[in-house]
Amino acid sequence: MIRIEIKRRAQEDSRPYIQTFQYEPEGPADTVATALTRLNAREPLEDEKGKPADPIRWECSCLQKKCGACAMVINGIPKLACNAPIREYKRVIRLEPLRKFPVVADLIVDRTAMMRNLSQMRIWLSEKAALNEKTVDVGYEGSRCLQCGLCLEVCPNYDPEGKFAGMAAAIPMTRLLAEMAPSERQGAAKIYRSRVFEGCGKSLACRDVCPAGIEIDELLARSNAAAVWNRWIRK
Amino acid sequence: MLRVNIIGAGLAGLSAAVRLAQMNIASALISVQTSERAQSVLAEGGINAAMNVSGENDTVQEHFEDTMRGGVCLADPGAVRGLTQEAPVIVQELLDLGVPFNMEGDALVQRRFGGQKKTRTTYARSSTGKALMTAMIDAARRYENTEQPLILRYPHHRFQELILENGACKGVWLQDTYTGKWIALAGPVILAFGGPNGLFPGRTTGTTANDAGGLATVFAQGVELANLEFIQYHPTTVQISGKRMLISEAARGEGGRLYVMRGGQKWFFMEEKYPELGNLMPRDVVSREMYTILRDPECQPPILLDLTGLPKKTWQKRLPDLRKEIRHYLNIDPARQPVPVSPGIHFFMGGILVDREHRTNIPNLYAAGECACQYHGANRLGGNSLLGALYGGRVAAQSIAKQDFAVQDLAAQSTVKEVAEVETPDAAAHSSAEAIVKTSADPETLPADSSDFSASAAEELAKILSKGLGIIRDETGIDEALRELDAFGRRLQQSGKRTETEKRRLKLAEAMLLCARERKESRGAHTRADFPARDDENWQKTTAAVFKEGKIHISFREIPVLESPGNTIESNRTIESIRK
Repeated sequence: MIRIEIKRRAQEDSRPYIQTFQYEPEGPADTVATALTRLNAREPLEDEKGKPADPIRWECSCLQKKCGACAMVINGIPKLACNAPIREYKRVIRLEPLRKFPVVADLIVDRTAMMRNLSQMRIWLSEKAALNEKTVDVGYEGSRCLQCGLCLEVCPNYDPEGKFAGMAAAIPMTRLLAEMAPSERQGAAKIYRSRVFEGCGKSLACRDVCPAGIEIDELLARSNAAAVWNRWIRK
Repeated sequence: MLRVNIIGAGLAGLSAAVRLAQMNIASALISVQTSERAQSVLAEGGINAAMNVSGENDTVQEHFEDTMRGGVCLADPGAVRGLTQEAPVIVQELLDLGVPFNMEGDALVQRRFGGQKKTRTTYARSSTGKALMTAMIDAARRYENTEQPLILRYPHHRFQELILENGACKGVWLQDTYTGKWIALAGPVILAFGGPNGLFPGRTTGTTANDAGGLATVFAQGVELANLEFIQYHPTTVQISGKRMLISEAARGEGGRLYVMRGGQKWFFMEEKYPELGNLMPRDVVSREMYTILRDPECQPPILLDLTGLPKKTWQKRLPDLRKEIRHYLNIDPARQPVPVSPGIHFFMGGILVDREHRTNIPNLYAAGECACQYHGANRLGGNSLLGALYGGRVAAQSIAKQDFAVQDLAAQSTVKEVAEVETPDAAAHSSAEAIVKTSADPETLPADSSDFSASAAEELAKILSKGLGIIRDETGIDEALRELDAFGRRLQQSGKRTETEKRRLKLAEAMLLCARERKESRGAHTRADFPARDDENWQKTTAAVFKEGKIHISFREIPVLESPGNTIESNRTIESIRK
């Protein structure tokens, strides 16, 4: 039996409160995502004191750490709920929403700001991509970002109001820098320098929390070489 | 200004939105969660296109034949002709968008895949869906940021109901899941909300976001569905917490072998029984064999997928992600140890009945992607779903462009026009597109909330459906499931807790069972123990299901003949020969 404490609020401007539930894992593979699903399936849902509780609001989709929906803070560490096995916790699991985004309700946050950065940084190709065996290796790695936002949560340099867009924007940018036609590179490099390079303090805390295990340091080195030092690395 | 409402921001929805934008037509891209969370990102193995990059003299004709044969001649050959002809163009466009497909030097490489005689599956390791979605999301973003945005995202909006007037579709009701507000958008609609996984919670390889609410709603509203009995059980899935996880068919495409222990020896049953394609027979065939073997007292479960013979280079270049995944979830290194696998629900061949233009039975309403019934017949080939979603989305878009109807006409006749009030997070952008938006409404007149069903009811429904719609079915089992469904419906009603949405889901479930009951033959993914033979004379037809005047009607339609110019005689002859 484990206690699951959830920091809840009905909507953005309502007062947050902690509600605790008792949960008995059904199997060794149970994750926080399974626990939330099963709690919400209880009829009625009651907290540990037997008080009726509203369904817990959280986002979920793939359950296999490929979609980034269920990002939250679990015992102080940003994680995907589907990638947090219950067996790794003792007695108490505390769930909170990500802190660098506005809360919508309970564990749901509005990640629009992260998406807006991608628009501002013009993350798209206008010309045909230039692909070969080398560029697709970088392009592949740069395609893997889930847009979950965990990297922004741990980043000491990312501030939602600031200029630095964080790894959630830098990674998609590395695909473009690797694949784009030479005519597009200048513009993209300039954006990369101002929105990524100049703000990144290289703490690499992002690398440790990335649920996709993206090779962030290698991608950064490559993009920096291209966009800052003007060396287009041929691997 | 014409604005198209696209329900679902996965691959089919993105494809439609980008195609419309290329034709300078605006669309609203509506989804409960953003595109990154769509089920399309889970697609692994690849996308088929006859580009003959492996020097095997592959042709579009052969892709066409394999698709028709894989679908056991139940697909519309004209639609499949279009799909297979366009495939190389689509893959080239994806390369232009920078999808990092596996290459050697400057050349694209392809891999073998199930049910196909030639090497024609383009891939990005075993994360093709993710790589492709990233590029398509970026492509769409370009049009989200044009001066007059051509794609407007509604990223946390649930589709609730179609707005129908005089038998035509005038728009959609949505609910903003962040604020709870309801809005109505006018304009033609493309449904692209994926397969109804939610009828089988925890039992499919899909996402929980595909909760089947959309399909249940449109069926209740009179949209005709087809071939609901054809549910694909993928041969190689494993149980993880809360769902079935797919082990990509690419594992067998790259040389993986299925075996079971029998009398103390490894029995490579697929290779022995099907010498030509062996482990790469179409999925329906492999799953059926596995089903039988698991019930054979001489065989010792589990069935194992042996990948230990794969070359090191394959693990490095082609399947590194798959190896990581299997290690993570099963604690098995597939390069050293075989992986126990079993069949699990993976794809719904049936869905919304559409014609070659992706039109439904309701004017101004279109459907594409897995929610539509098109291209795959009685069994889908691996590598054809990403293709079907991309192609279907663009055909629907082109079909709307050809229509040349003005949304003003739609709006003029529509009650939706009454209130033009905009109150969304990006209000400025959205209002600039002159959308007709209604945010305030009398709660009494709002439609049912399509997410309003309990987990326990969903679970009970899944148990009933699983009884009637397993890999092998018979009339007794289906009838029993229908009786249980009826009793369950009554229990819900008596408890006074039954919601309108639950009622609709039960109707959809009933239609599925009825389709399976009425098709008295075995074909593709529909295997009847009581009718084991394929019967082209009586059943080479499309099963159609429609809800009308309070009743579900099941009928069988002739499959459209191939009448497109060029290759007609050749292709018809091919279909004849495949039939034999």
